[in-house]
Amino acid sequence: MSKVMEHHGVVIVGGGPAGLAAAIAAYEAGQHDVLVLERDVQLGGILNQCIHNGFGLHTFKEELTGPEYAARFIQKAQELDIACRLGTMVLDISPERVVTTVSAADGIRTIAADAVVLAMGCRERPRGALATPGYRPAGVYSAGTAQRLVNIEGQMPGREVVILGSGDIGLIMARRMTLEGAHVVCVAEVMPYSGGLKRNIVQCLDDFGIPLLLSHTVVDVEGKDRVEAVSIAEVDERMRPIPGTEVRYPCDTLMLSVGLLPENELSRAAGVELSPVTRGPIVDQSLQTSIPGVFACGNVLHVHDLVDFVSQEAAEAGAQAAHFSMAKDAQDGAAERGVPVVATDGVRYTVPSFVDPQKMADKLTVRFRVANEYCDRYVSVYYDDERVQHRKKRVMAPGEMEQVVLKREDLLAREGLAQITVKLEEE
Amino acid sequence: MATEIRELICINCPMGCPLTVTLEDGEVVSVTGNTCPRGDAYGRKEVTNPRRIVTTTVPVVGSKTEHMVSVKTKTDIPKDKIFDVVFALKEVKAQAPLEIGDVVLANVAGTGVDVIATKRA
Repeated sequence: MSKVMEHHGVVIVGGGPAGLAAAIAAYEAGQHDVLVLERDVQLGGILNQCIHNGFGLHTFKEELTGPEYAARFIQKAQELDIACRLGTMVLDISPERVVTTVSAADGIRTIAADAVVLAMGCRERPRGALATPGYRPAGVYSAGTAQRLVNIEGQMPGREVVILGSGDIGLIMARRMTLEGAHVVCVAEVMPYSGGLKRNIVQCLDDFGIPLLLSHTVVDVEGKDRVEAVSIAEVDERMRPIPGTEVRYPCDTLMLSVGLLPENELSRAAGVELSPVTRGPIVDQSLQTSIPGVFACGNVLHVHDLVDFVSQEAAEAGAQAAHFSMAKDAQDGAAERGVPVVATDGVRYTVPSFVDPQKMADKLTVRFRVANEYCDRYVSVYYDDERVQHRKKRVMAPGEMEQVVLKREDLLAREGLAQITVKLEEE
Repeated sequence: MATEIRELICINCPMGCPLTVTLEDGEVVSVTGNTCPRGDAYGRKEVTNPRRIVTTTVPVVGSKTEHMVSVKTKTDIPKDKIFDVVFALKEVKAQAPLEIGDVVLANVAGTGVDVIATKRA
Protein backbone atom coordinates (compact mmCIF):
# COMPACT_ATOMS: atom_id res chain seq x y z
CA MET A 1 0.00 0.00 0.00
CA SER A 2 2.55 2.59 1.06
CA LYS A 3 4.65 2.12 -2.04
CA VAL A 4 7.19 4.91 -2.46
CA MET A 5 6.67 6.78 -5.69
CA GLU A 6 9.33 6.30 -8.36
CA HIS A 7 11.65 9.29 -8.30
CA HIS A 8 14.24 10.76 -10.71
CA GLY A 9 16.48 13.79 -10.84
CA VAL A 10 15.54 14.92 -14.35
CA VAL A 11 12.61 13.49 -16.30
CA ILE A 12 12.57 14.34 -20.00
CA VAL A 13 9.32 14.16 -21.95
CA GLY A 14 10.22 13.14 -25.50
CA GLY A 15 13.11 11.17 -27.01
CA GLY A 16 13.59 13.12 -30.22
CA PRO A 17 16.51 15.42 -30.97
CA ALA A 18 15.59 17.86 -28.18
CA GLY A 19 15.01 15.21 -25.52
CA LEU A 20 18.20 13.32 -26.35
CA ALA A 21 20.39 16.43 -26.30
CA ALA A 22 18.77 17.55 -23.04
CA ALA A 23 19.33 14.14 -21.46
CA ILE A 24 22.99 14.01 -22.46
CA ALA A 25 23.60 17.56 -21.23
CA ALA A 26 21.81 16.89 -17.93
CA TYR A 27 24.02 13.87 -17.37
CA GLU A 28 27.15 15.75 -18.29
CA ALA A 29 26.16 18.56 -15.90
CA GLY A 30 26.37 16.04 -13.08
CA GLN A 31 22.82 14.73 -12.73
CA HIS A 32 23.16 11.03 -13.46
CA ASP A 33 19.59 10.12 -12.54
CA VAL A 34 17.98 11.03 -15.87
CA LEU A 35 14.93 9.34 -17.38
CA VAL A 36 13.75 9.86 -20.98
CA LEU A 37 10.10 9.06 -21.76
CA GLU A 38 9.31 8.33 -25.42
CA ARG A 39 5.95 7.27 -26.80
CA ASP A 40 7.36 5.74 -29.99
CA VAL A 41 9.08 2.36 -29.96
CA GLN A 42 12.38 3.95 -30.95
CA LEU A 43 14.34 7.07 -30.11
CA GLY A 44 15.12 9.82 -32.60
CA GLY A 45 11.68 11.35 -33.09
CA ILE A 46 10.91 12.93 -36.42
CA LEU A 47 14.54 12.60 -37.56
CA ASN A 48 13.87 8.94 -38.34
CA GLN A 49 11.71 9.90 -41.30
CA CYS A 50 13.83 12.88 -42.41
CA ILE A 51 16.11 10.83 -44.66
CA HIS A 52 17.42 13.84 -46.58
CA ASN A 53 20.83 15.31 -45.90
CA GLY A 54 21.70 18.69 -44.45
CA PHE A 55 21.66 17.98 -40.74
CA GLY A 56 24.53 18.55 -38.39
CA LEU A 57 26.79 20.98 -40.23
CA HIS A 58 26.93 23.22 -37.17
CA THR A 59 27.15 20.42 -34.61
CA PHE A 60 29.37 17.85 -36.30
CA LYS A 61 30.92 19.89 -39.15
CA GLU A 62 29.62 17.34 -41.60
CA GLU A 63 26.44 16.90 -43.53
CA LEU A 64 24.30 14.07 -42.18
CA THR A 65 20.85 12.67 -42.89
CA GLY A 66 18.21 12.74 -40.16
CA PRO A 67 18.66 9.12 -39.07
CA GLU A 68 22.45 9.55 -38.95
CA TYR A 69 22.13 12.71 -36.86
CA ALA A 70 19.77 10.96 -34.45
CA ALA A 71 22.07 7.95 -34.24
CA ARG A 72 24.93 10.12 -32.95
CA PHE A 73 22.81 11.25 -30.01
CA ILE A 74 21.25 7.84 -29.39
CA GLN A 75 24.70 6.28 -29.26
CA LYS A 76 25.93 8.95 -26.85
CA ALA A 77 22.92 8.42 -24.59
CA GLN A 78 23.58 4.69 -24.62
CA GLU A 79 27.25 5.18 -23.80
CA LEU A 80 26.21 7.23 -20.78
CA ASP A 81 23.68 4.53 -19.88
CA ILE A 82 20.84 7.03 -19.71
CA ALA A 83 17.51 5.35 -18.96
CA CYS A 84 15.06 5.64 -21.86
CA ARG A 85 11.56 4.23 -21.47
CA LEU A 86 10.10 3.56 -24.93
CA GLY A 87 6.48 2.97 -25.87
CA THR A 88 5.62 5.18 -22.94
CA MET A 89 3.19 8.03 -23.25
CA VAL A 90 3.03 10.87 -20.75
CA LEU A 91 -0.57 11.53 -19.73
CA ASP A 92 -0.08 14.32 -17.25
CA ILE A 93 2.48 16.58 -15.64
CA SER A 94 1.45 18.21 -12.37
CA PRO A 95 2.70 21.62 -11.22
CA GLU A 96 4.53 19.69 -8.47
CA ARG A 97 6.37 17.79 -11.24
CA VAL A 98 4.68 14.46 -10.80
CA VAL A 99 4.63 12.81 -14.21
CA THR A 100 1.96 10.22 -15.03
CA THR A 101 2.77 7.75 -17.80
CA VAL A 102 1.07 4.84 -19.50
CA SER A 103 2.61 1.96 -21.41
CA ALA A 104 1.56 -1.50 -22.50
CA ALA A 105 4.34 -3.00 -20.39
CA ASP A 106 3.84 -1.09 -17.14
CA GLY A 107 0.30 0.27 -17.25
CA ILE A 108 -0.10 3.59 -15.48
CA ARG A 109 2.80 4.87 -13.40
CA THR A 110 3.53 8.05 -11.52
CA ILE A 111 7.04 9.45 -11.33
CA ALA A 112 8.20 12.30 -9.11
CA ALA A 113 10.80 14.49 -10.79
CA ASP A 114 13.11 17.10 -9.27
CA ALA A 115 13.14 18.75 -12.68
CA VAL A 116 11.18 18.16 -15.90
CA VAL A 117 12.27 18.99 -19.44
CA LEU A 118 9.47 19.42 -21.98
CA ALA A 119 10.71 18.11 -25.34
CA MET A 120 7.52 16.95 -27.03
CA GLY A 121 8.15 18.59 -30.38
CA CYS A 122 5.42 19.83 -32.66
CA ARG A 123 2.75 18.55 -34.99
CA GLU A 124 1.48 19.60 -38.36
CA ARG A 125 -1.34 22.01 -38.91
CA PRO A 126 -4.08 19.80 -40.38
CA ARG A 127 -6.55 20.33 -43.22
CA GLY A 128 -9.26 21.13 -40.71
CA ALA A 129 -7.35 24.27 -39.75
CA LEU A 130 -7.69 25.60 -43.30
CA ALA A 131 -10.82 26.92 -44.93
CA THR A 132 -10.62 24.55 -47.90
CA PRO A 133 -13.92 23.72 -49.57
CA GLY A 134 -14.93 20.34 -50.96
CA TYR A 135 -15.66 16.89 -49.59
CA ARG A 136 -13.23 14.96 -47.43
CA PRO A 137 -11.88 12.50 -49.99
CA ALA A 138 -8.90 10.19 -49.57
CA GLY A 139 -5.72 11.65 -50.98
CA VAL A 140 -5.34 14.68 -48.72
CA TYR A 141 -2.21 14.27 -46.60
CA SER A 142 -0.17 16.44 -44.38
CA ALA A 143 3.35 16.45 -45.81
CA GLY A 144 4.81 14.79 -42.72
CA THR A 145 2.30 11.96 -42.87
CA ALA A 146 3.17 11.40 -46.52
CA GLN A 147 6.86 11.50 -45.57
CA ARG A 148 6.30 8.77 -43.02
CA LEU A 149 4.34 6.66 -45.51
CA VAL A 150 7.07 6.88 -48.15
CA ASN A 151 10.21 6.74 -46.02
CA ILE A 152 9.22 4.42 -43.18
CA GLU A 153 6.34 2.32 -44.54
CA GLY A 154 7.47 2.26 -48.17
CA GLN A 155 4.02 3.22 -49.44
CA MET A 156 3.27 5.79 -52.16
CA PRO A 157 0.45 8.17 -51.21
CA GLY A 158 -0.29 9.07 -54.85
CA ARG A 159 1.04 9.71 -58.36
CA GLU A 160 -0.14 13.16 -59.37
CA VAL A 161 0.54 15.58 -56.57
CA VAL A 162 -0.31 19.19 -55.73
CA ILE A 163 1.35 20.64 -52.65
CA LEU A 164 -0.21 23.50 -50.70
CA GLY A 165 2.21 25.43 -48.55
CA SER A 166 5.93 25.86 -49.04
CA GLY A 167 7.13 24.80 -45.61
CA ASP A 168 10.30 22.76 -45.62
CA ILE A 169 8.54 19.42 -45.28
CA GLY A 170 6.42 20.22 -48.34
CA LEU A 171 9.49 21.17 -50.35
CA ILE A 172 11.39 18.06 -49.24
CA MET A 173 8.36 15.93 -50.15
CA ALA A 174 8.12 17.55 -53.60
CA ARG A 175 11.57 16.17 -54.34
CA ARG A 176 10.95 12.88 -52.56
CA MET A 177 7.74 12.15 -54.51
CA THR A 178 9.49 13.09 -57.76
CA LEU A 179 12.34 10.66 -57.07
CA GLU A 180 9.78 7.95 -56.30
CA GLY A 181 8.19 8.43 -59.72
CA ALA A 182 5.27 10.73 -58.93
CA HIS A 183 4.58 13.93 -60.82
CA VAL A 184 4.48 17.02 -58.64
CA VAL A 185 2.32 19.53 -60.47
CA CYS A 186 3.18 22.59 -58.40
CA VAL A 187 3.65 24.01 -54.93
CA ALA A 188 1.15 26.77 -54.07
CA GLU A 189 1.96 29.25 -51.30
CA VAL A 190 -0.57 31.79 -50.07
CA MET A 191 2.11 34.19 -48.84
CA PRO A 192 4.21 36.23 -51.27
CA TYR A 193 7.32 34.41 -49.99
CA SER A 194 8.23 30.81 -49.23
CA GLY A 195 7.89 29.46 -45.72
CA GLY A 196 10.83 27.13 -46.25
CA LEU A 197 14.59 27.43 -46.48
CA LYS A 198 15.97 28.90 -49.69
CA ARG A 199 18.27 25.91 -50.16
CA ASN A 200 15.20 23.70 -50.33
CA ILE A 201 13.64 25.85 -53.04
CA VAL A 202 16.82 25.35 -55.05
CA GLN A 203 17.48 21.66 -54.52
CA CYS A 204 13.90 20.38 -54.17
CA LEU A 205 11.95 22.51 -56.65
CA ASP A 206 14.34 24.26 -59.08
CA ASP A 207 16.42 21.11 -59.63
CA PHE A 208 13.31 19.28 -60.84
CA GLY A 209 11.52 22.13 -62.59
CA ILE A 210 8.63 22.14 -60.08
CA PRO A 211 6.87 25.51 -60.16
CA LEU A 212 6.40 27.49 -56.94
CA LEU A 213 3.26 29.62 -57.17
CA LEU A 214 3.58 32.41 -54.62
CA SER A 215 0.43 34.28 -53.54
CA HIS A 216 -1.69 31.33 -54.66
CA THR A 217 -3.98 29.02 -52.73
CA VAL A 218 -6.28 26.06 -53.20
CA VAL A 219 -9.88 27.19 -53.66
CA ASP A 220 -11.51 23.86 -54.49
CA VAL A 221 -10.85 20.18 -53.88
CA GLU A 222 -12.80 17.93 -56.25
CA GLY A 223 -13.64 14.30 -55.64
CA LYS A 224 -15.79 12.49 -53.16
CA ASP A 225 -14.00 9.18 -52.56
CA ARG A 226 -10.59 10.20 -53.86
CA VAL A 227 -9.11 13.58 -54.80
CA GLU A 228 -9.70 14.11 -58.53
CA ALA A 229 -8.53 17.68 -59.02
CA VAL A 230 -7.78 20.86 -57.15
CA SER A 231 -8.31 24.42 -58.29
CA ILE A 232 -5.72 27.02 -57.44
CA ALA A 233 -6.28 30.77 -57.58
CA GLU A 234 -4.09 33.80 -57.12
CA VAL A 235 -4.74 35.81 -53.96
CA ASP A 236 -4.69 39.55 -53.39
CA GLU A 237 -2.63 41.33 -50.76
CA ARG A 238 -5.24 40.45 -48.16
CA MET A 239 -5.00 36.80 -49.15
CA ARG A 240 -8.45 36.71 -50.76
CA PRO A 241 -8.68 34.61 -53.94
CA ILE A 242 -8.94 36.78 -57.06
CA PRO A 243 -11.98 35.72 -59.14
CA GLY A 244 -11.10 34.60 -62.64
CA THR A 245 -7.59 33.43 -61.79
CA GLU A 246 -8.57 29.85 -60.96
CA VAL A 247 -6.69 27.06 -62.69
CA ARG A 248 -7.85 23.45 -62.35
CA TYR A 249 -5.17 20.80 -61.88
CA PRO A 250 -6.23 17.15 -62.20
CA CYS A 251 -4.45 15.16 -59.46
CA ASP A 252 -4.97 12.31 -57.01
CA THR A 253 -3.13 13.78 -54.06
CA LEU A 254 -3.09 17.08 -52.18
CA MET A 255 -0.28 17.51 -49.69
CA LEU A 256 -0.40 20.17 -47.01
CA SER A 257 2.70 21.85 -45.64
CA VAL A 258 1.02 24.72 -43.90
CA GLY A 259 2.82 25.11 -40.64
CA LEU A 260 3.81 23.37 -37.45
CA LEU A 261 2.28 23.81 -34.02
CA PRO A 262 4.19 23.13 -30.81
CA GLU A 263 2.51 20.24 -29.03
CA ASN A 264 1.71 21.76 -25.64
CA GLU A 265 -1.35 19.94 -24.37
CA LEU A 266 0.67 18.58 -21.44
CA SER A 267 2.25 21.97 -20.71
CA ARG A 268 -1.12 23.71 -20.79
CA ALA A 269 -2.70 21.17 -18.46
CA ALA A 270 0.23 21.60 -16.08
CA GLY A 271 -0.45 25.33 -15.97
CA VAL A 272 2.63 26.41 -17.95
CA GLU A 273 2.19 29.92 -19.32
CA LEU A 274 2.22 29.83 -23.14
CA SER A 275 3.06 32.51 -25.70
CA PRO A 276 0.25 33.35 -28.14
CA VAL A 277 2.89 33.96 -30.83
CA THR A 278 5.04 30.82 -30.61
CA ARG A 279 2.34 28.70 -28.92
CA GLY A 280 5.18 27.42 -26.78
CA PRO A 281 6.03 28.10 -23.15
CA ILE A 282 7.27 31.54 -22.11
CA VAL A 283 10.76 30.94 -20.75
CA ASP A 284 13.57 32.79 -19.01
CA GLN A 285 17.33 32.71 -19.66
CA SER A 286 17.49 29.18 -18.24
CA LEU A 287 14.70 28.01 -20.59
CA GLN A 288 12.63 27.57 -17.44
CA THR A 289 8.88 27.92 -17.88
CA SER A 290 6.49 29.71 -15.54
CA ILE A 291 6.54 26.58 -13.34
CA PRO A 292 9.79 26.34 -11.37
CA GLY A 293 11.75 23.23 -12.31
CA VAL A 294 9.94 22.74 -15.60
CA PHE A 295 12.12 23.56 -18.61
CA ALA A 296 11.34 23.52 -22.34
CA CYS A 297 13.38 23.14 -25.51
CA GLY A 298 13.16 22.25 -29.17
CA ASN A 299 10.02 22.49 -31.26
CA VAL A 300 7.69 22.36 -28.26
CA LEU A 301 9.20 25.71 -27.23
CA HIS A 302 9.20 27.30 -30.70
CA VAL A 303 9.39 25.75 -34.14
CA HIS A 304 13.00 25.65 -35.32
CA ASP A 305 14.37 25.57 -38.84
CA LEU A 306 17.57 23.70 -37.98
CA VAL A 307 17.96 20.67 -35.76
CA ASP A 308 21.43 21.91 -34.85
CA PHE A 309 19.81 24.82 -33.03
CA VAL A 310 17.38 22.42 -31.35
CA SER A 311 20.33 20.43 -30.02
CA GLN A 312 22.09 23.56 -28.74
CA GLU A 313 18.97 24.87 -27.07
CA ALA A 314 18.09 21.47 -25.59
CA ALA A 315 21.58 21.04 -24.19
CA GLU A 316 21.12 24.33 -22.36
CA ALA A 317 17.72 23.26 -21.02
CA GLY A 318 19.10 19.88 -19.93
CA ALA A 319 22.03 21.45 -18.10
CA GLN A 320 19.77 23.98 -16.39
CA ALA A 321 17.35 21.24 -15.36
CA ALA A 322 20.28 19.28 -13.90
CA HIS A 323 21.45 22.30 -11.90
CA PHE A 324 17.93 22.88 -10.63
CA SER A 325 17.54 19.25 -9.61
CA MET A 326 20.81 19.28 -7.70
CA ALA A 327 20.29 22.63 -5.93
CA LYS A 328 17.41 21.66 -3.69
CA ASP A 329 17.56 24.81 -1.60
CA ALA A 330 16.97 26.97 -4.66
CA GLN A 331 13.84 25.08 -5.62
CA ASP A 332 10.34 26.36 -5.89
CA GLY A 333 11.08 29.93 -4.88
CA ALA A 334 8.83 32.60 -6.31
CA ALA A 335 9.87 32.81 -9.93
CA GLU A 336 11.92 36.00 -10.38
CA ARG A 337 11.60 36.46 -14.09
CA GLY A 338 14.25 39.08 -14.75
CA VAL A 339 14.32 41.77 -17.42
CA PRO A 340 11.69 41.38 -20.15
CA VAL A 341 12.91 40.96 -23.73
CA VAL A 342 10.51 42.79 -26.04
CA ALA A 343 10.15 41.82 -29.72
CA THR A 344 8.92 44.62 -31.98
CA ASP A 345 9.25 46.24 -35.45
CA GLY A 346 9.37 43.09 -37.54
CA VAL A 347 10.64 40.76 -34.80
CA ARG A 348 7.74 38.44 -33.99
CA TYR A 349 9.00 36.94 -30.77
CA THR A 350 12.14 36.12 -28.84
CA VAL A 351 13.18 33.05 -26.88
CA PRO A 352 13.81 33.65 -24.01
CA SER A 353 11.26 36.29 -23.03
CA PHE A 354 13.03 37.19 -19.78
CA VAL A 355 16.67 37.53 -18.82
CA ASP A 356 17.98 37.69 -15.29
CA PRO A 357 21.50 39.12 -15.62
CA GLN A 358 22.50 37.64 -12.26
CA LYS A 359 21.63 34.14 -13.34
CA MET A 360 22.56 34.12 -17.01
CA ALA A 361 25.73 32.62 -18.46
CA ASP A 362 28.48 34.91 -19.80
CA LYS A 363 26.81 34.83 -23.19
CA LEU A 364 23.15 34.18 -23.95
CA THR A 365 21.76 33.39 -27.39
CA VAL A 366 18.39 34.99 -28.01
CA ARG A 367 16.59 33.38 -30.95
CA PHE A 368 13.80 35.00 -32.94
CA ARG A 369 11.90 35.02 -36.18
CA VAL A 370 10.99 37.98 -38.37
CA ALA A 371 7.48 38.79 -39.58
CA ASN A 372 8.19 39.29 -43.27
CA GLU A 373 10.80 39.05 -45.98
CA TYR A 374 13.32 41.86 -45.51
CA CYS A 375 16.30 43.05 -47.53
CA ASP A 376 19.17 45.06 -46.07
CA ARG A 377 17.68 45.60 -42.62
CA TYR A 378 19.53 46.03 -39.38
CA VAL A 379 18.95 43.78 -36.40
CA SER A 380 19.14 46.07 -33.37
CA VAL A 381 19.27 45.41 -29.65
CA TYR A 382 18.39 48.14 -27.19
CA TYR A 383 19.02 48.18 -23.45
CA ASP A 384 16.24 50.56 -22.44
CA ASP A 385 16.77 53.48 -24.89
CA GLU A 386 20.39 52.77 -25.70
CA ARG A 387 21.18 50.90 -28.90
CA VAL A 388 23.89 48.34 -28.13
CA GLN A 389 23.83 46.15 -31.23
CA HIS A 390 23.23 47.10 -34.84
CA ARG A 391 24.02 44.48 -37.45
CA LYS A 392 23.06 44.55 -41.12
CA LYS A 393 21.54 41.44 -42.68
CA ARG A 394 21.27 41.15 -46.45
CA VAL A 395 18.20 38.93 -46.40
CA MET A 396 15.82 37.81 -43.65
CA ALA A 397 12.70 35.70 -44.03
CA PRO A 398 10.08 34.23 -41.68
CA GLY A 399 11.17 30.71 -42.58
CA GLU A 400 14.60 31.19 -41.07
CA MET A 401 15.50 31.67 -37.45
CA GLU A 402 17.72 34.57 -36.46
CA GLN A 403 19.69 35.21 -33.31
CA VAL A 404 21.49 37.82 -31.25
CA VAL A 405 23.92 37.20 -28.43
CA LEU A 406 23.70 39.14 -25.16
CA LYS A 407 26.70 39.48 -22.85
CA ARG A 408 26.26 39.18 -19.12
CA GLU A 409 28.83 41.87 -18.32
CA ASP A 410 26.96 44.37 -20.50
CA LEU A 411 23.71 43.67 -18.68
CA LEU A 412 25.30 43.74 -15.22
CA ALA A 413 26.88 47.11 -16.05
CA ARG A 414 23.40 48.60 -16.44
CA GLU A 415 21.84 48.65 -13.03
CA GLY A 416 18.10 49.09 -13.02
CA LEU A 417 17.75 47.93 -16.64
CA ALA A 418 14.00 47.70 -17.27
CA GLN A 419 13.72 46.35 -20.79
CA ILE A 420 15.71 44.70 -23.57
CA THR A 421 14.31 45.32 -27.06
CA VAL A 422 15.08 43.36 -30.22
CA LYS A 423 13.86 45.00 -33.43
CA LEU A 424 14.56 45.57 -37.11
CA GLU A 425 15.59 48.98 -38.40
CA GLU A 426 16.02 50.37 -41.90
CA GLU A 427 19.15 52.26 -40.91
CA MET B 1 35.94 39.46 -72.74
CA ALA B 2 32.53 38.04 -71.84
CA THR B 3 31.62 38.59 -68.22
CA GLU B 4 28.77 36.58 -66.80
CA ILE B 5 27.29 37.04 -63.32
CA ARG B 6 25.29 34.22 -61.75
CA GLU B 7 23.21 34.68 -58.61
CA LEU B 8 22.93 31.45 -56.62
CA ILE B 9 21.72 30.24 -53.25
CA CYS B 10 24.28 28.06 -51.53
CA ILE B 11 22.70 24.71 -50.64
CA ASN B 12 25.52 23.39 -48.47
CA CYS B 13 23.78 24.18 -45.24
CA PRO B 14 20.44 25.60 -44.22
CA MET B 15 21.84 29.13 -43.93
CA GLY B 16 21.32 29.43 -47.68
CA CYS B 17 23.82 32.21 -48.31
CA PRO B 18 23.06 34.27 -51.43
CA LEU B 19 26.12 33.93 -53.70
CA THR B 20 27.27 36.02 -56.62
CA VAL B 21 29.54 34.10 -58.98
CA THR B 22 31.39 36.06 -61.62
CA LEU B 23 32.65 34.26 -64.71
CA GLU B 24 34.89 35.59 -67.43
CA ASP B 25 34.91 33.58 -70.63
CA GLY B 26 33.42 30.66 -68.74
CA GLU B 27 36.05 30.75 -65.97
CA VAL B 28 35.03 31.58 -62.41
CA VAL B 29 36.91 34.67 -61.28
CA SER B 30 35.12 35.37 -58.01
CA VAL B 31 32.53 34.12 -55.55
CA THR B 32 31.06 36.59 -53.06
CA GLY B 33 28.26 36.46 -50.49
CA ASN B 34 29.44 33.20 -48.94
CA THR B 35 30.14 33.07 -45.21
CA CYS B 36 32.35 29.97 -45.26
CA PRO B 37 34.74 28.14 -47.60
CA ARG B 38 32.04 25.62 -48.52
CA GLY B 39 30.10 28.43 -50.15
CA ASP B 40 33.05 29.38 -52.32
CA ALA B 41 33.51 25.77 -53.41
CA TYR B 42 29.78 25.35 -54.06
CA GLY B 43 29.63 28.51 -56.17
CA ARG B 44 32.52 27.37 -58.36
CA LYS B 45 31.18 23.87 -58.76
CA GLU B 46 27.55 24.83 -59.33
CA VAL B 47 28.32 26.91 -62.44
CA THR B 48 30.74 24.38 -63.93
CA ASN B 49 29.85 20.89 -62.65
CA PRO B 50 26.75 20.90 -60.43
CA ARG B 51 26.59 17.94 -58.07
CA ARG B 52 24.13 16.64 -55.48
CA ILE B 53 23.94 14.03 -52.74
CA VAL B 54 20.99 11.73 -53.46
CA THR B 55 18.98 10.36 -50.53
CA THR B 56 16.25 7.76 -50.89
CA THR B 57 15.06 4.47 -49.38
CA VAL B 58 15.25 0.83 -50.41
CA PRO B 59 13.29 -2.11 -49.01
CA VAL B 60 15.13 -4.18 -46.43
CA VAL B 61 14.55 -7.86 -45.77
CA GLY B 62 15.26 -9.68 -42.54
CA SER B 63 14.95 -6.66 -40.26
CA LYS B 64 12.85 -6.92 -37.12
CA THR B 65 12.12 -3.22 -37.00
CA GLU B 66 12.28 -1.73 -40.49
CA HIS B 67 10.46 -2.24 -43.81
CA MET B 68 12.64 0.33 -45.52
CA VAL B 69 16.17 1.50 -44.95
CA SER B 70 17.26 5.03 -45.76
CA VAL B 71 20.32 5.38 -48.01
CA LYS B 72 22.47 8.09 -49.57
CA THR B 73 25.21 8.46 -52.11
CA LYS B 74 28.39 8.54 -50.06
CA THR B 75 29.51 11.72 -51.80
CA ASP B 76 27.81 14.03 -54.27
CA ILE B 77 27.20 12.82 -57.81
CA PRO B 78 26.65 14.82 -61.02
CA LYS B 79 23.25 16.51 -60.89
CA ASP B 80 22.23 15.08 -64.26
CA LYS B 81 22.74 11.55 -62.87
CA ILE B 82 20.15 11.89 -60.07
CA PHE B 83 17.51 9.85 -61.89
CA ASP B 84 20.07 7.27 -63.05
CA VAL B 85 20.92 6.69 -59.38
CA VAL B 86 17.25 6.36 -58.42
CA PHE B 87 16.57 3.92 -61.28
CA ALA B 88 19.64 1.83 -60.40
CA LEU B 89 18.26 1.49 -56.86
CA LYS B 90 14.83 0.47 -58.03
CA GLU B 91 15.62 -3.25 -58.06
CA VAL B 92 17.79 -3.24 -54.94
CA LYS B 93 16.69 -4.98 -51.76
CA ALA B 94 18.97 -4.58 -48.79
CA GLN B 95 19.64 -7.45 -46.42
CA ALA B 96 19.57 -6.93 -42.65
CA PRO B 97 21.53 -6.60 -40.45
CA LEU B 98 22.73 -3.24 -41.69
CA GLU B 99 24.85 -0.65 -39.92
CA ILE B 100 25.09 3.01 -40.83
CA GLY B 101 27.69 3.29 -43.57
CA ASP B 102 27.27 -0.23 -44.97
CA VAL B 103 27.40 -0.28 -48.78
CA VAL B 104 24.00 -1.05 -50.28
CA LEU B 105 25.04 -0.59 -53.92
CA ALA B 106 28.61 -0.04 -55.07
CA ASN B 107 29.53 2.36 -57.88
CA VAL B 108 25.94 3.38 -58.53
CA ALA B 109 25.08 4.15 -62.17
CA GLY B 110 28.76 4.29 -63.10
CA THR B 111 29.36 7.37 -60.96
CA GLY B 112 32.14 5.71 -58.98
CA VAL B 113 30.17 6.54 -55.83
CA ASP B 114 28.73 3.95 -53.43
CA VAL B 115 25.23 4.08 -51.98
CA ILE B 116 25.38 3.52 -48.22
CA ALA B 117 22.82 2.89 -45.49
CA THR B 118 22.02 5.85 -43.21
CA LYS B 119 20.04 3.85 -40.67
CA ARG B 120 20.49 0.60 -38.78
CA ALA B 121 18.15 -2.15 -39.86
